[in-house]
Amino acid sequence: MNVLIYLVPMALGLGLAGLFGFLWALKSGQYSDVEGAALRVLSDDDIEPSRDR
Amino acid sequence: MGDALDLSLYAKPDQDGTLGVDLAIEGITCAACINRIEGAVRQLPGIKDVRLNYTNRRLHVAWAAGAPAPVQILPTLESQGYHGHPFVPLRAEQEEAAEARKLTRCLGVAGFAAMNIMLLSVSVWSGNVTDITPETRDFFHWASALIALPAAAYAGRPFFASAWRALKARTTNMDVPISIGVTLALGMSLVETANHAEHAYFDSAIMLLFFLLVGRALDHAMRRRTRAVAGNLAALRADTAHRFDGDEVVSVPVSVLKADDRLLVRPGERVPADGIVLGGGSEIDESLITGETARRKVAAGATVYAGSMNYSGTLTLKVTATDGNALIDEIEKLLEKAASAKSKAMRLADRAARVYAPIVHVTAALTLAGWLIAGASAHDAIITAIAVLIITCPCALALAIPAVQVVASGALFRAGVMLNAGDAIERLAEADTVVFDKTGTLTLPEPRVANAASIDPELLQVAARLALSSRHPLAVALSREAVQRTPYEGAVEEPGQGVRAVIGGIEARLGSGEFCGLKDNAVTDATASSICFVHGAQSTVIAIAQKLRPDAVAVVNALRARGLDLRILSGDRKEAVAPIADALGIVQWQGDMKPADKIAVIEELKRQGRKVLMVGDGLNDAPSLAAAHVSLSPISAADVTQAQADAVFLGERLQPVLDTLTISRRARRLMTENLWLAALYNLVAVPVAIAGLVTPLIAALAMSGSSLLVTLNALRAGGKRS
Repeated sequence: MNVLIYLVPMALGLGLAGLFGFLWALKSGQYSDVEGAALRVLSDDDIEPSRDR
Repeated sequence: MGDALDLSLYAKPDQDGTLGVDLAIEGITCAACINRIEGAVRQLPGIKDVRLNYTNRRLHVAWAAGAPAPVQILPTLESQGYHGHPFVPLRAEQEEAAEARKLTRCLGVAGFAAMNIMLLSVSVWSGNVTDITPETRDFFHWASALIALPAAAYAGRPFFASAWRALKARTTNMDVPISIGVTLALGMSLVETANHAEHAYFDSAIMLLFFLLVGRALDHAMRRRTRAVAGNLAALRADTAHRFDGDEVVSVPVSVLKADDRLLVRPGERVPADGIVLGGGSEIDESLITGETARRKVAAGATVYAGSMNYSGTLTLKVTATDGNALIDEIEKLLEKAASAKSKAMRLADRAARVYAPIVHVTAALTLAGWLIAGASAHDAIITAIAVLIITCPCALALAIPAVQVVASGALFRAGVMLNAGDAIERLAEADTVVFDKTGTLTLPEPRVANAASIDPELLQVAARLALSSRHPLAVALSREAVQRTPYEGAVEEPGQGVRAVIGGIEARLGSGEFCGLKDNAVTDATASSICFVHGAQSTVIAIAQKLRPDAVAVVNALRARGLDLRILSGDRKEAVAPIADALGIVQWQGDMKPADKIAVIEELKRQGRKVLMVGDGLNDAPSLAAAHVSLSPISAADVTQAQADAVFLGERLQPVLDTLTISRRARRLMTENLWLAALYNLVAVPVAIAGLVTPLIAALAMSGSSLLVTLNALRAGGKRS
């Protein structure tokens, strides 16, 4: 069972990385406009129309 | 409009050194709007950043510091079919946003901790019934402690702070037992871990915090959504004034007006601030102030109040400070008195906490004493007592009411009702008497055509379309009937008389009887105003009057069917109130009511033990809204009045009043049900805990089960309308 000595801290470390990811996303305003973000992904106005058409 | 609004007045420095302004945008309907708006504004010279927030319908525009605000922003939006209104975030909204971020961070930390500790706990639970070694168990317990202690210290702050505030004020609220329970559970677990014991309750403590934070975060999110809509609507009301700067007239926000500023008020505009008329003469409609629908003639030297509608002529005003103003002073005095006299209704949750906390703490103390007397060791007795505190975990109880509140305020939001006060739902549910104001509440806030049935529909359409070219309030009222919303080309407005245009080769005139060559004696109704229309040989007199909200009769009947006692208290003349009361079948009505008279009636009703719901919109209603048990006002109400109301409803219909009562009554019933469910759960769980049979596994199951039960029950608050 000695494997737990480093497996548990590793699991915790991964969890913490997720938590910091969440806190960073919150801080940088990723959750301030959730509806808009869902719709922006659908717009393709930023793609130049292809020339050979 | 030669005087474009100067956005610099609203600009605020951004973090990256640019100046920015927030605009509430009207007219966003679909995802494509995001690109249309951002694309159009981005092309303007000098724009550094444009970002539309689709969730709250706000556009942030930034330009270089020092540069003047690009004047083209609003016209550009206008040309794309959107209206932008400069928006100053209210302090309350900013504070709430900060609070929401804090809650979400706490929720994130608690969620992370709960998941990881559960992982370790489940291993211990299954190990305890199989072959876990004591060393491994201790390792898992210490790891749990390492996660739980900092996480609880961070994520528990909202509860600890609130509990501390309550204790300092020598009261108790739900957060007191929560804080005590969490602290003791963590402390005991730490001691047990140090003693190599089988059980630790780190998971219970953190799960409790996590569940409660979910409830609070949802509650907050709902309230923020409501606030954002309310904030946008406030911006849409376009509170701007035309101010003389020297000889030039500029548009400025009302918030920057000072005493002695000179203002121009054109016909069809609302008076932006209290003031004294310097020049010009006009008739003004003060129905938003006093409820009186008859117009008042004003000339130089007269006092006018903010919110009055200017009818016929252009006025020049000097802004006065609000003091020394008889009507406003009286209303403010009454407001103060009403607010101080209002007995603070105790919230259901606080009442429950006040009963619950002592019972739990006494039970725990008795358990401790009982086990000691029965000969158990001090260690075992303390462990059992703390287990009682954990199992009576206020989880279900603390979620019982907020969960219903979240679902019910969501349902109200969909019905077009926005809550101002947190405890409004509970008070709304208790209302047994409804007092209506008349003007703007039972009737539509703006006048409408009253005799449409007796006019040739085609002729009415021509007149209504011609009316689009005038800004006179009567013409604006008539223009609401127009199906085709484009004005006739070449229509000319003769100030103070009417509009004329050549339609189909024949001249048409709309305006006073004199202007049209008619005698306007066809309208005999004292409460209506008339406007004449001639088109060649055809002519008609159109009556414009206050009209009932379209569903007023149906809603009033439905309210009566629910056994509510309905009354009308109006500041308008008796002759104007009588027909309305008659149409609605409301027997108890009074006209000519001063603000103080309205309060007197409400106080009398309160003395009879009634719970009064006051629905009103005028400035004169503000004190009675504050005095009533609970209050509602339409979104068209005066600002002071809206601030007093417990909830504000949108739209032209009266239906929201009925929906509000339905939803809040159902919510109140579910809250009581949930409290009983939580009590029932405790009745089963507490004896088990007192007997010393509770393990962490049982605690976790009981807690999740009871929380789930009350949450599912709360979801019923959103259900179908009546």
